[in-house]
Amino acid sequence: MSLLNPIVLIVLLPFLSAPFVAWFGGKRRRAAAWAAAAVTLLCLALLGGVIAQFIAQGRLADAHVIGFHWMPSIGLDFAFRMDGLSLLFTGLILIIGLLVIVYARYYLALQDSAARFFASLMLFMGAMLGIVLSENLIQMVVFWELTSLSSFLLISFWQHRKEARYGARMALAVTGFGGLALLGGVLLLGHVAGSYNLSVILEAGDEIRQSPLYLPILLLILLGAFTKSAQFPFHFWLPNAMAAPTPVSAYLHSATMVKAGLFLLARLFPVLSGTNEWLLLVGGAGLITFLLGAYTALFKHDLKGLLAYSTLSHLGLITLLFGFGTPMAAVAAIFHLINHATFKASLFMVAGIVDHETGTRDMRRLGGLARKMPHTAALAIVAASAMAGVPLLNGFLSKEMFFSEAVDVAHEFGSNWALPLLVTLGGVMSVAYSIRFIHDTFFGTPSPDLPTEIHEPHRGMRIPIDVLVFVCLAVGLFPALLVGGLLTLAAGAVLNGPPPHFSLALWHGFNAPLMMSSIALAGGLLMYLSRRPLTRWHENSFGRLSARAVYDRLMALMQIAAEAVTHRFDQGRMQPMVLWTTGVALIAGLIGFLSYQAPLFGNDSLAAPFDALTATGMIIMMGTAVWVVNQHRQRLFALLLMSVLGLGVSLLFIRFSAPDLALTQLSVEVITVILMLLALRYLPQQTSSERDPKDRPRIRRDAVIAVLSGVGIALFTYAVMSRVYDTIAGYFLANSLTEGGGHNVVNVILVDFRGYDTFGEISVLALAALGVYALLQGMRLPPAVSSPIASGRIAHAQLLQTVTRLLLPMTLMFGIYILLRGHNAPGGGFIAGLIIASALMTQYLAQGIDSSERALSVPTHGAIALGLFLALATGMGSIVLGYPFLTSAFTHLHLPVVGDVEVASAMLFDLGVFFVVMGASVLMLTQMAKLTRVEPTAQTSGQVAK
Amino acid sequence: MSILFASLIGFLTAAGVFLSLRAQTFPVVLGLTLLSYAVNLFLFGMGRLKTDAAAVLGNSASYTDPLPQALVLTAIVIAFAMTAFVIVLALKTRAELGNDHVDGEDDASANEQGGPSA
Repeated sequence: MSLLNPIVLIVLLPFLSAPFVAWFGGKRRRAAAWAAAAVTLLCLALLGGVIAQFIAQGRLADAHVIGFHWMPSIGLDFAFRMDGLSLLFTGLILIIGLLVIVYARYYLALQDSAARFFASLMLFMGAMLGIVLSENLIQMVVFWELTSLSSFLLISFWQHRKEARYGARMALAVTGFGGLALLGGVLLLGHVAGSYNLSVILEAGDEIRQSPLYLPILLLILLGAFTKSAQFPFHFWLPNAMAAPTPVSAYLHSATMVKAGLFLLARLFPVLSGTNEWLLLVGGAGLITFLLGAYTALFKHDLKGLLAYSTLSHLGLITLLFGFGTPMAAVAAIFHLINHATFKASLFMVAGIVDHETGTRDMRRLGGLARKMPHTAALAIVAASAMAGVPLLNGFLSKEMFFSEAVDVAHEFGSNWALPLLVTLGGVMSVAYSIRFIHDTFFGTPSPDLPTEIHEPHRGMRIPIDVLVFVCLAVGLFPALLVGGLLTLAAGAVLNGPPPHFSLALWHGFNAPLMMSSIALAGGLLMYLSRRPLTRWHENSFGRLSARAVYDRLMALMQIAAEAVTHRFDQGRMQPMVLWTTGVALIAGLIGFLSYQAPLFGNDSLAAPFDALTATGMIIMMGTAVWVVNQHRQRLFALLLMSVLGLGVSLLFIRFSAPDLALTQLSVEVITVILMLLALRYLPQQTSSERDPKDRPRIRRDAVIAVLSGVGIALFTYAVMSRVYDTIAGYFLANSLTEGGGHNVVNVILVDFRGYDTFGEISVLALAALGVYALLQGMRLPPAVSSPIASGRIAHAQLLQTVTRLLLPMTLMFGIYILLRGHNAPGGGFIAGLIIASALMTQYLAQGIDSSERALSVPTHGAIALGLFLALATGMGSIVLGYPFLTSAFTHLHLPVVGDVEVASAMLFDLGVFFVVMGASVLMLTQMAKLTRVEPTAQTSGQVAK
Repeated sequence: MSILFASLIGFLTAAGVFLSLRAQTFPVVLGLTLLSYAVNLFLFGMGRLKTDAAAVLGNSASYTDPLPQALVLTAIVIAFAMTAFVIVLALKTRAELGNDHVDGEDDASANEQGGPSA
C-alpha cells in the first residue's frame, strides 16, 4: 500500500494543487479557475476508476480501508475509508465543486483575486474530502478543523467589507468551538471503543450505548455536528456567513460544509442512535431548526437571506429524520440530503446571477425579471418548485418520505397528531417562501430605480444551473432508476447493515403523506397571499428577537471577563509579576510540604565529612549574600561582593569533585564582571534610596517573601540531600568509555549522550549574543560616567599592556589545550571558549578596543555560524551514515609526542561548541565596549536621550 | 555539611528574591545572578557532595554523579547569556526612557506602585 492509492490521492490532490492554483492565478486570472477545474476533474476520474475497480471485484458495497501507521502509540493512524456513504459524499463534493468552479470563473469581478479565491476553494475541497474519507476519527477532526479555517478564508474573501470580516469571525468562533467539543467527544469515543478507527467503532455500538460515558460522548459529538450544520441554538452563524461570495454560499453553506455535521450524524448513526437521548436531542434540535428556519425565511427581504434560512430549515429537516432513528428515516435523510444539495446550490447560483445583473438582492426592489432573463427564470422556477416539494421533482419524493416517517414515529413524541401537524406547518411555510422567491424576483413590478438594461448572464454562469436543474427533474421523474442504487449503497453504509426495503415511486396511492403534501401546497399559496398582514405581525413580535445580539453580548462578556482576569495578574509592570510568580511558587511549595506525610528529612548518611575550611568558606558566602543586599545601592561595591560569591561557588565546585564546573564558573565569572562593569558606566552609580517611610511596608513585605523563599529552598534542598536514593549515574559512568570514547564523563554527556540538548543550548547562546548585538545597534545612551574603563584604555598601564601582550599566545595555547583534552580530562569546548574569550578581553582592556580590533579582528559572527554549522554537520553526518542524530564514532590514533589518542566524532561537535561560545562571548563584550565610541557622535549631534 | 550547603542555597535564594523585587534594573540583574548561583548549586547538590571523586574515569575508586554536573555546566553558560541579555535590556531602557526603573517609570512614582493592586 502506498500513498499513491487513488483514494488517498483524491484527498491529497486538492491540497497539493492549491499552491499551484494560486501561482497560475497570479500569472493569468483565468488559469486559476481552469487549474482548479482540472484538478477536480482528475479527482473525479480517480473516483470513477475506484468505483469501476470495486464493481469489477464485486465489492462495491464493502468498506475499503487503507491505513498507514502514524503514531500507533496514541492510536493515531493515517487511514482512509471508502464505503457507500463516503462514495456519495465524495461524488457530491467533487461534482458540485466542479460546477461551482465553472460558475465562479464568470462570477468573480476583475478586481477580485482569482488566485486567492480558487486556492482557498481547493483547500476547502481537500479538507471536506478528508472528512468524508477518513477512517481514523482523530484524523477526521483535523480535516474538520481545516474546513472551518478554509471557510473562514472564503467568507472573508471580500476583506474590505465589515460584514464579511464579522461573518467570518462568527463562523470560525462557533464552528471552532464545536470542533473542540467534537475532539473531546471523539477522544472519549475512542477510549470506550478501544480504537479511533471507524471499522472498530462501528462494531462497538452496544458497548458504547451502555457505557456510562455515552451521554458525554453524545453531547460533545452533537455539539460538533450542530455547530457545523447550524442547528438551533447554533444556527445564527449561517445567515451571517452569507457575506461570502455567492459561489461560496452555494458550495460551502448549502451543498457541502454544512452537511458535514449531517455526515457525522450519518457516520456514527449505528453507534449513537436508537436511544431516547438521541431522539430527544437530535430530533428536538432538528424540529426546532426546521420550523424556525422556514418561519424566518418567510420574512427575509434579501434573496440570499431567504435561501440561508431555508437552508437552515432543510438541514433541520434532515437532522430530524436522523433523530427519528429508524432505518427508513435514515434512507429518507440521505435522499433529501442529495436533493437539497442540487436544488439549493442552483438557487444560490440564481441569486448570484440576479445580484450580478441587477446590483441588488432585495426582493422589495426586484421584480419582472422573467421577461428580461427567461432562461434563468425557468431554471429558478423548477429549482424552487423542487424546494417546495412539487410533484415530478426530486424534492417532492424526499419530502413525501419525510412526512411518512413523521406519521410513523409520531407516537414517540407523545401524541399522534402533534408531530404531523408541526411538520405540515413547516411544509406550508416552505411552499410560501418558495413562491415568494420566484414571484417577488421574476414577476410583479420592479422598483423604478432598478437599471433597465438587464439581460441574461454569460452562458458559463448558466450551464452549472442547467446541469443541477436537469438532475432535479430527472431524479424526480425516474427516481428508482437514477438514485435507487446509490441510495441503497449509502443507506447500507449508514446503517452498517442491510438497508431496509424502500420504494422510490411517484405514486404511492392516497395516503397521509400525500394529504400532507397537498395541504402544504395549498396552505403555502394561501400564506403567501396573506403575506402583508403576516409581515406586519412578525415585525412587531418575533422580528425583534435576534440571536446575533445574544452572540454579540456573549462575546463582549467573554472579552470583559478575560481582560479582568488578565489585568489582575498582568498590568504590564514587572514588579507585580515577579511578586505573583514568587508568591505562587511559595504557595505551591507550602502545599507540597504540608501535604507530605513521611518524615521530611532522612538521616543524612551520605553527607560529605565536615571540614572547617569549607564550612568557613560557606559561612563567608552567606554573610556576603546578606552584605550584597545591604549594600546593593552602592552598585560598584555590590558588584565586587558578587564576584566574591562567584569565586566562592567555583571553590565549592572544586571542593566537591567538579573540576569542569569550577573552570566554567571561574571564566564565566570573569566575563560577567567585565560585562557588568562596562554596563555600569551608563547606569546610575547608585540605586535611589528607599528610605521614605511610605516605602517601608513594601520593603518589609519583600523581605518576608525573600526570607520565606530562602527557608523553603533550604528545607527542600536538605530534605533531598539527607535521603538515600538511586541515581542513573551508573549508566553514564559505565558507558562513557565504551559508547562515547572519552574518560571525562561530564564532557561525554555534553557532547554525546545529551548532545542534542547541548546543541539547543549553544543555539540559545548564539541567539542571546545576536540579540545583544541587535539591541546595541544605534543605541544612544547618556554620557558615560567617567571612570578608568570608560576611556577604553587604562592610563599609565604600560606594565599591563606589556604583560598581556606576552600572555596572549600562552592563554590561547592553554585554551586550545583545554579544548583538545576535554574529552578525557576536565576541559572541553565550553571552557576553552570562555578562556579564549577572556584572554581576548584582557587584550582589549589593556590595549584599547580600536587597536586590538585592528590587531586581532576576530570574526565573531563567523565563529558563531561556523560553530553552529560544525555541530549540525556532525549530527547530520551520523544521520547520513544511518544512525540517529549525533551518534558518536571514535577510534584510536597514535600521534608522535602526544601519544595514543582516542579521536571521537563528538570532538568535532565540541569544536563547534567552542566556536559558538567563543564567538558569542567576544561579540557581546566587544559590542558593550564599543559603546564608548558611539558617545562622541551622540554628544556632538546634541541629541542625547534624556 | 549538607545542612550548611542547604542553608547557603537558602541565603542566596533569599538575597536573590529580595533584589529581583527591587524597582531598578541593576539590582534586578544582581538578583537574577544570585538566583542562578542558587539554582546551579541546588542542581549540583542533587548529585550529592563527594570529595576527591571527579567523574574522570581511571582516577579514583568511586565517582560522583556526572549528570547534574553536565546540566549545571550548560546552565552556567546559559545564565551568563541571559545576564548579558538582561543587562543590555537595562541599557536599552535607560537609552529609550531615560531612567533605569524596571517599568520605565521615573523614580518618584516608582516607589508608590510597588505591589499588585489585588
